[in-house]
Amino acid sequence: MTAAVVEHSSAPDDRSHDSHWVMRLSALKLNALAILTALVLGAVIVAISDIDKLKHGEIGGMLTTVKDAYIALGKGAFGSWRGWSETITAATPLMLAGLSVAVAFKSGLFNIGAAGQMLAGGIAAVWIGFKFELPAILHVTVALVAAIVAGGIWGGLVGLLKARSGAHEVITTIMLNYVAGGTALWLLKTEAFRQPGRADPISRDIKSSAELPKLFGFLDRSDLEIRAHTGFLLAIAAVAFFWWLMKKSKLGFELRTYGANADAARYAGMSPARLTIGAMFLAGAFAGLAGGSEILGGVTQGHATTGLAGDVGFDAIAVALLGASSPLGTAFAALLFGAIKAGGDKMQADTGVPVDLVLVLRALIVLFVAAPALTRLIWRIRDRGGDSNAQVFRGWGG
Amino acid sequence: MELELRGITKRFPGVVANDDVNLTVHGGEVLALVGENGAGKSTLMNILYGLYKADEGEILVDGQAVHFTSPRDAIDAGIGMVHQHFMLVPVFTVAENVVLGVEPTLSLGRLDLATARRRVSELSREFGLHLDPDAMTEELAVGIQQRIEIVKVLFRDAKVVVFDEPTAVLTPQEIEDFFRIVETLTAAGCAVVFITHKLKEAIRIANRIVVLRRGKTVGEADPKTVTQAELAEMMVGRPVDLVVHKEVSNPGDVVLGVTDLTVLDAAGRAHVNGVSFEVRVGEIVGVAGIQGNGQSELVEALVGLRRPAAGNVTLNSRDITHSSVRERNAIGIAHIPEDRQRDGLVKDFTLTENFALTGYYAPPLSSGINMNWDGARTEAERLVKAFDIRTPSTEANTGKLSGGNQQKVIVAREISRPIKLAIASQPTRGVDVGSIEYIHERLVELRDSGVPVLVVSTELDEVMALSDRVLVMFDGRIVANLARADTNNAEVGLYMAGAKDDTKIVAETPYGGSAS
Repeated sequence: MTAAVVEHSSAPDDRSHDSHWVMRLSALKLNALAILTALVLGAVIVAISDIDKLKHGEIGGMLTTVKDAYIALGKGAFGSWRGWSETITAATPLMLAGLSVAVAFKSGLFNIGAAGQMLAGGIAAVWIGFKFELPAILHVTVALVAAIVAGGIWGGLVGLLKARSGAHEVITTIMLNYVAGGTALWLLKTEAFRQPGRADPISRDIKSSAELPKLFGFLDRSDLEIRAHTGFLLAIAAVAFFWWLMKKSKLGFELRTYGANADAARYAGMSPARLTIGAMFLAGAFAGLAGGSEILGGVTQGHATTGLAGDVGFDAIAVALLGASSPLGTAFAALLFGAIKAGGDKMQADTGVPVDLVLVLRALIVLFVAAPALTRLIWRIRDRGGDSNAQVFRGWGG
Repeated sequence: MELELRGITKRFPGVVANDDVNLTVHGGEVLALVGENGAGKSTLMNILYGLYKADEGEILVDGQAVHFTSPRDAIDAGIGMVHQHFMLVPVFTVAENVVLGVEPTLSLGRLDLATARRRVSELSREFGLHLDPDAMTEELAVGIQQRIEIVKVLFRDAKVVVFDEPTAVLTPQEIEDFFRIVETLTAAGCAVVFITHKLKEAIRIANRIVVLRRGKTVGEADPKTVTQAELAEMMVGRPVDLVVHKEVSNPGDVVLGVTDLTVLDAAGRAHVNGVSFEVRVGEIVGVAGIQGNGQSELVEALVGLRRPAAGNVTLNSRDITHSSVRERNAIGIAHIPEDRQRDGLVKDFTLTENFALTGYYAPPLSSGINMNWDGARTEAERLVKAFDIRTPSTEANTGKLSGGNQQKVIVAREISRPIKLAIASQPTRGVDVGSIEYIHERLVELRDSGVPVLVVSTELDEVMALSDRVLVMFDGRIVANLARADTNNAEVGLYMAGAKDDTKIVAETPYGGSAS
């Protein structure tokens, strides 16, 4: 009988007219509250992790530790040019891979394969980067295009499998991550890729003509390690492209329709097979660019290893979730995650709070964003029926 | 037993769902609660059932004020509810479903299924429900499943039984059976609250009718004297025309030609079995039939969503048997789908986006690879005005509109462009009286403008009101093809039930017998 609650909870909505922007505002507000909740809970963890002060009941001292930790975190991320550089460097692949997950989400698909697609893009970029002799701008452009295409094909393969055989993309993307890892390992050990004089799977270094220029060139000082590169501008451009795609283009309208209601898409004469393949190609392309930008931007010291994607492929899911798969939301979520990553080291150095806390903090943010009902409960906000993340999880059902 | 709702008021942000509602129902009587979608019927019943808490007012059982905080409290007070969507576990037997949640147990918590089965048999006999306690639920017809819900309520000793739109899912025969069960319930002393928007049924079964409009009780009617038109006016707040006015049809050239069309499912079973008919300029052809006799599959084959196994379909003599949905849309077939929530709309989209849903691929809604949202918005504003769609703006979420207004969005989108044929499946299902009147008028207008309409409906009254010619589908075949003027509800009803054979088609095929 309790199931009746679900059946009838929508009854009052019949005549209430939330306008669109109010709905969106409440979704963003909810995510902001989720971050705030995570920060508060993180503060509690920092406070009680200071065992000595806890033992002696020094509340004031514990609060000081919390304050110092968060200040150090903020300073590490934004307090200096180097902080900004590290934040941006970390945010760049997160933003691109986040878009990869977001474009799939919006199309009703769940892309867990950003890691494999990044690897495909990174390997393609590094190959163009060391193999060919081309003028500077052309070389880097060709390498980037190769990364986009390779990632796109790797992602598109998932779409093809789903469209042709119905294989669920969650399974195929995860499996293709392993395939990508194994293939990369084999490739990097071949004569064609392996760095001369090395036995471990490390590729040759790309030529300088294939490098993406650094950002903050005016700060070129030897005492300052600036890693931020123009891949960040590519990520911003990708955000703008994603916005255009979803809001303005015909394909984006089809993808959104298919994502929100696949039956309606079929009814409207759209081709589910074409859209599945298209969405996964785009997802792969974004992730491929993320991999390429890491290689060409020098984050991996100019060569490829099987670990070039790091945790970005999975963090990207959290980024897209936090950003509600919207262009700006994804960009900000990537910057936030980048900042937390960049600030973590400084926090450990300055205050002795272990860097692992930032992992906990990130996990808490994602947890509260993924459980909007929990956030609502904590802040006593009534459900207005506009759940921004409901659609995000639809991909699991298919 | 007597149940009274006194001064119930319930506010939601921006809307008063119930405004000082007063209602009394006694044992042994049927109270019909009628009102349009969004009039507050469901909110009121949810308050009665303990799902919502009223802001003001009280509930009295036999004169004693009661406070319900959950359905459990309501059940304990003797109130039972049969929901429109059944809450049954398909792989459980009837008895298992009935006792679910209140299982009789032996020592050590062992399920006492024997007692459960005996009680179900007793209740079934007492109320004439003809239920086999050991039948598997998923194998039973919808009408029988509804009886399981009724036994569930009786098993919990309900003295007041609330039915929420109980006839929406039933066939005409099942509806008659249902009314007999309601009469047995009242004869046994139960009070019955019957929530519906079907006025004919309210008049047929109720002892008293209470009308809700915009959250308020606007009046009570005596079913012995009140007419449907009077009730409709009370519900909508203005006179409503329940009769479809149209000139005699004057059929011209064949637009849609269907020959020996057969549609199979994945298992090879024929849902549409060698069906042939024509639709001509200047006519509305209605397809009558009980749900599940192949109408849905026929429509899907006609619009390109399903590949026929045999036969062919022509539009203006052009073979479109294997054309895609998009191709058929482009050459001028409009399709109002039977399930608007599933197929016809994207609930999370704005009205503008939903207006663009089927025509987005071509100018003026798009050009090249870009959508033309400015143009789409202008068009959306025009359609909202032209079709009197009640919405705060074209950028509102379509899912927030009432069912009638959602349906108007689909109808507006489909028939407001140059088309050659309109296929309307259940065009007014779950739609309020005012919108039904409006949609029917538009379909007749369409016919008069030279676009023939194929209407598929399980509501016999709708088919009879709209059609110039009536096809009856039974078991995947067209068993009758009748001129509307030469037939009546009783005859079509017999064909629908499969009780008459199809010799009549040959004898009375209108327009020269090309349909076999």
